[in-house]
Amino acid sequence: MPAMHVRLGAFSAALVLTATLSTTAFAQKKYDTGASDTEIKIGNIMPYSGPASAYGVIGKTEEAYFRKVNAEGGINGRKINFVSYDDGYSPPKTVEQARKLVESDEVLLIFNSLGTPPNTAIQKYLNQKKVPQLFVATGATKWNDPQNFPWTMGWQPNYQSETIIYAKYILKNKPDAKIAVLYQNDDYGKDYLKGFKDGLGAKAASMIVIEDSYEVSEPTIDSHIVRLKATGADVFINITTPKFAAQAIKKNAELGWKPLHFLNNVSANIGSVIKPAGFEAAQDIISSAYFKDPTDPQWKNDAAMKAWNDFLDKYYPEANRADGAVMYGFIVSQGLVQVLKACGDNLSRENVMKQAASLRDFEPVGLLPGVKVNTSASDFAPISQLQLQRLKGETWELFGDVISSDAGG
Amino acid sequence: MSAAEEVVAEGHQAVEAVPKRAMTLGTGTSLLVLAVLLVVPVFVKNFIIFQMTMLLIYGLAVLALNILTGGSGQFSLGQSAFYAVGAYTSAVLMEYFNVNYALTIPVSAAVCFGFGYLFGKPALRLSGVYLALATFALATAMPQLLKLNFLEHWTGGVQGLVVTKPDAPFGLPMSQDMWLYYFTLIVTVAIYVFSVNLLRSRSGRAFMAIRDNEIAASSMGVNVALYKTLAFGVSAGITGVAGSLGAIAVQFVAPDSYTITLAISLFLGMVVGGVGWLPGSFVGAAFIIFVPNMAESISKGLSGAVFGVLLFLVIYLVPHGARQIAILGQQFAGKLRRN
Repeated sequence: MPAMHVRLGAFSAALVLTATLSTTAFAQKKYDTGASDTEIKIGNIMPYSGPASAYGVIGKTEEAYFRKVNAEGGINGRKINFVSYDDGYSPPKTVEQARKLVESDEVLLIFNSLGTPPNTAIQKYLNQKKVPQLFVATGATKWNDPQNFPWTMGWQPNYQSETIIYAKYILKNKPDAKIAVLYQNDDYGKDYLKGFKDGLGAKAASMIVIEDSYEVSEPTIDSHIVRLKATGADVFINITTPKFAAQAIKKNAELGWKPLHFLNNVSANIGSVIKPAGFEAAQDIISSAYFKDPTDPQWKNDAAMKAWNDFLDKYYPEANRADGAVMYGFIVSQGLVQVLKACGDNLSRENVMKQAASLRDFEPVGLLPGVKVNTSASDFAPISQLQLQRLKGETWELFGDVISSDAGG
Repeated sequence: MSAAEEVVAEGHQAVEAVPKRAMTLGTGTSLLVLAVLLVVPVFVKNFIIFQMTMLLIYGLAVLALNILTGGSGQFSLGQSAFYAVGAYTSAVLMEYFNVNYALTIPVSAAVCFGFGYLFGKPALRLSGVYLALATFALATAMPQLLKLNFLEHWTGGVQGLVVTKPDAPFGLPMSQDMWLYYFTLIVTVAIYVFSVNLLRSRSGRAFMAIRDNEIAASSMGVNVALYKTLAFGVSAGITGVAGSLGAIAVQFVAPDSYTITLAISLFLGMVVGGVGWLPGSFVGAAFIIFVPNMAESISKGLSGAVFGVLLFLVIYLVPHGARQIAILGQQFAGKLRRN
C-alpha cells in the first residue's frame, strides 16, 4: 500500500495547488471569464528561467506597470490582476502554463507571452478556445495573420520588415554592393534573412557573397568575422543578439574591416552593445529603431524618459535602466491598458480583439517621434514603423523618414 | 590503478543492486493504482487531465531510463534525443503522411529502438561517467540536428511542427483531452507490464547480472555486448513512445522542446523516484512536473533556487527516493499489523 499513498499524495498535491490558484469569476452580461466589476485577470508567460531568462525583466516591468495602473485607480474602476508564469522558454511547458492560465486561473486573455517557439506552441490552442493571445513578444512575421488566427496579434515591427528596409536602402544607395550576412541559426535569424532576401528580390543571389550562421552556444564569433572579411564584401548585415553583436563590432575594428555595417534592431542598444564594443569601433553603423534607447544621451531630458524614470523610481527601482527590455515592457503595457480602456464595460474576449484591432495613431510614451500604433481588422501588426539611425559619437542620429513596412504572415 | 580506471571500477557500484522483486509493486496495489487512474479523470477539469497525461508520458520516459540505469547499470543523459526522435517521427508521419496517430507510435518505437541500439554499439566501449558524457553529447547535438537545412523540409526547422490533436474514436462522448489520457494510459499500462516482465525474464536477469558485475556476468555466459546494446535499444524505444505521446498531447514539436534540460529532468525524475524501482518512475515524473510549479508559486525570482533547495532536501533526507519512502511505509504497515 505505501506506494499508493505516495502517488495519491502527488495527485492531491497537484489538486490542492491548482485549486488554490483558481478563483471564480462571475460571468455577467458584458463579461467573459476573467473579468468582473472589480477585476480584470490577465495571463502572461515569460522565460524567468532558462536560456532566454534575460527577457524575464519584461514580465517584471509589466507587473510593475500594472501595479502603477492599480495604484492610480485601475482601468474604468477595475484592478488588473496580472498572473505571470515561467515557461523556461520550453514549448511543452508553455502549453502547460497556457492551459493553467486559461482553464484553471481563468484569465480574460494572454498578454505578451514571449518567444516564437513558445507562442507557436499555444497559438492553435488559444485560437480554438477563442482566448486572445494579445501583443506577443516576438518579432516573427507570422503573427500578423488575422485570417487564420483571429485571436493572435503581434506587437513590435517584425523582423522581416526591418531587413526589407535595409535591403531597400542598399539597393538605392549602393546598388553594386557585395554583401556579407551573418545570422543566428534560429527562427529569429532566419526570419531576418528571409526579409533581407525578399527585399533584394532578384538581385539577392548576385549581391550576397556569403551567408554565414552561428549557434547561440558558440562562445565567440571571431572566426566567422574573419571568414566574412576574406570574401572582400563591402556591406555587412549583422543579424546577431547583443553579446555577439558587441563581439562582431569589436572584431571588425581589430581586423580593420570597414564595410557599410547594418546592425539589427535587436542589438541596437548603446548600453549593452555599443559601449562594450567601443564607440570608436562602432561609428557609422546603421540600424533602426522604433522606441527611444534609454541609454542614448539625446533623450536625457525628454519627457518620455522622465515619465519612464518616475515610473521606475516608484514601482521598479531595482530595474536596470540600460536594458532596452525594460523600455519594451513599459511600452507594451501601455498598449494593453489602451485596449482595455477602449473596451469600457464590455469586457468580452471578442470585444478585446475588436478594440485591439481598432487602434488609431496611438502613441505610447517611449516610442520615437512619428512612430504610431495602428491596427485594423486586416492588420494585426500594431507597430510597423521604423526609422533608420546612424551612430555618431555616442548617440544614434536618426535620419530619413519614419518608414512603414508591413510584411504579412 | 590509474585514476581513470578507479572511476570506471567505481562506476559499477554507482548503481545499487536492486533485487528484482523489489522493482515492482504487488498486484493488489497495482490494480488499486490503476483503478484510481481510471476514475479520477471523470471528476476533474480538462487541465488536470492534461497534467495527468503529461505525468504518464514523462513517467514512461523515466521508466525507460530506469530500465537502462536501474536494470543494466548504464547511465544516459541523452534520453531527450530519443524523446525528440520519437516526437518528430510521430509529428512528421501525422502531418505529412496523414498516418493515424495510434499507428505512429509503434513506428516511433521501432525507429527509436534502432537508433538506441545503434548508439549503444559504440557506447559499449564506454562506461560510467564516460558513457554519461557520450550520451550528453547526443542530447546537446539533437536540437541542432533538427534545425539542419536539409531536414528543415520535414522538421519545420526552428519553427517546429504543429500537430493536430485526435478526437475520441467511435463517437465516444469524451473530450479530446480525456480520450488522449485514456489512450496514454492504455499505452503506459502495456509498456509497464512489458517492462516488469522484461526485467523478470532471462534478458532482465542478464541486464542485472551485467549491472552487478560485468566480468562475472560474462563468465556466466551472458553476452555482455548484446545485452548492453539491447538495454539501450529498449530504453530508447520506450522513450520514443513517450516522445510520440508527448508530441500528440502538446500538439507541437520544436527543437527547443528537447534540449539537455529535458534529459536532466528525466534523470532527476529517476533519482527522485528511486533508481531501479519501476513505480518510482511515475513519482519522479510527478516531481519534475509539479515541483517547479510549486517552487514558482513560492518565489518567482528565485524559483530555481527554491527548486534546488527542495531537490537537495529530497536527496539528503531520502537518498533512495520514493522507493525508500515506500519501504519505510511497508515496514510501518508491517509493524501495525503485528501489534
